[in-house]
Amino acid sequence: MSYFDKELDTSGLNCPLPVLKARKALSEMAIGEKLHLIVTDPGANQDIPAFSKMTGNPLIEATEKEGKLHFIIEKGAE
Amino acid sequence: MAKKLAIIASKGTLDGAYPPFLLASTAVALGFEVKIFFTFYGLQLLNKNLNLKVSPLGNPAMPMPVPVPSIVQIIPGLEWFATWMMKRKLKQKGVASVEELRDICVETGVDLIACQMTVDLFDFDKADFIDGISSGGAATYLEFAGDADVTLYI
Repeated sequence: MSYFDKELDTSGLNCPLPVLKARKALSEMAIGEKLHLIVTDPGANQDIPAFSKMTGNPLIEATEKEGKLHFIIEKGAE
Repeated sequence: MAKKLAIIASKGTLDGAYPPFLLASTAVALGFEVKIFFTFYGLQLLNKNLNLKVSPLGNPAMPMPVPVPSIVQIIPGLEWFATWMMKRKLKQKGVASVEELRDICVETGVDLIACQMTVDLFDFDKADFIDGISSGGAATYLEFAGDADVTLYI
């Protein structure tokens, strides 16, 4: 797992809450900072990359560990 | 320029309330400008106190714990039971409530528009609606929808 500035655990929450909470967390972060997002919603495998692409917040890392999805998202320049 | 999503919400059931608020709140998170136009039964989704229900009657696709023949579904209380069951399931699966999604829509600036004609038709009182609702007619919707990237009728 690479370096991150903030962690957000959305375990147990279903679509679309992980995306909505990720957006809120990123909006409070500075450009270049990294968010560690933990998700159990299996749809996140498709949804988080789509969110990252559409909002210009690059997805640095995506891994699966013990049934949870871990994403590192960098706050983009908008 | 921001992408635009234009939704017509015409259903006032619990299951009918999810798609407009869910897609609208997600679209805002993805950078869209969103307007939802509430018409006919969809106007119920604007009430301050939501009392939305789901009915298995006339909906043979609704999963039930045991098969319930249509004739039995008219029994008083079955609609209440189906609604209770659905709400419990939604909570168990970590799905946001309609109220929660609607709050996010309001907070993030989704434009909620009540169709004036159907407000008059049903004698709805705008005082019963949540704050910040605008009103409009067909032309209001079409002006925005004409330039929208996604338009949905729900």
